[in-house]
Amino acid sequence: MRIPCPVCGVRDRREFTWGADALALDRPAVDAGEVAWDDYLHNRENPAGPTRDLWYHDACGTWAVVDRDTVTHAVHGSSLAETARAGKAAAGKGRA
Amino acid sequence: MARLIAKSALMGLLPVTVGGISLTEVETGPVTSIAPFKGQSRAVSAVLKERVGLRFPPVNRAVAAGDVRLIWAGKGRALMLGAKPEGLEGLAAMTDQTGANAVLRIEGEAVEDVLARLIPMDLRSTVFKTGHTARTMLAHMQVSVTRVGADAFEIMAMRSMAGTLVHDLEQAAKGVMARRALG
Ligand SMILES: [Zn+2]
Repeated sequence: MRIPCPVCGVRDRREFTWGADALALDRPAVDAGEVAWDDYLHNRENPAGPTRDLWYHDACGTWAVVDRDTVTHAVHGSSLAETARAGKAAAGKGRA
Repeated sequence: MARLIAKSALMGLLPVTVGGISLTEVETGPVTSIAPFKGQSRAVSAVLKERVGLRFPPVNRAVAAGDVRLIWAGKGRALMLGAKPEGLEGLAAMTDQTGANAVLRIEGEAVEDVLARLIPMDLRSTVFKTGHTARTMLAHMQVSVTRVGADAFEIMAMRSMAGTLVHDLEQAAKGVMARRALG
């Protein structure tokens, strides 16, 4: 598996460390309440198919949001986490 | 006062020659990490241009002017080798890295075959040209790899990994040479 680092280019998966579901980027407001925070911290989808998660490129120090597919193993692309939104993953969250 | 003897990171480990592959230590001079503060990249580049004649290197590139070199070293960071940066106070975070790394030059006609055994990147000259650099891994180590000539690369690893770095490269070179000897 090869992952595109938004800074360095396409690299071997061994150069990366998986971080979290991309919904980690959608941090609730401090006063959002226990339900929202419980959901943010603990509840995750377990999708078969399109997935969006955070990967750290150990080699260069970049956090990237990677779009990939857990069924086909295709990696579609990535973007800098610092400017990205959780996007699709955020729509699937929530049992509140 | 005790007289201390400076020991380089690869002293006693290099030089090593395996077939046509040679490993030699690189004397870098002072090494400083330069990380421009947010919004100061242009200002840092302008100061560097004025003081040492080099701009802050683009991603995956290394530049040189005389004895001074700037090697891209990760997101928003470069290493200056051969001189101490001046005039960047307030514009960039700077950390002295002199002696922190083991730096070696690996050279020889078969160098790409040797590195192909250890580094998960395409380092062929058609893709990775002189002046190209990468932060990547060599075996299990984080390294900086820079092509410095048609058959020569420079590799930088943490000083604590010096012995492993030399061992892994030597073993890979022996493997390539043994395979070639079989024809
Ligand atoms: Zn990277």
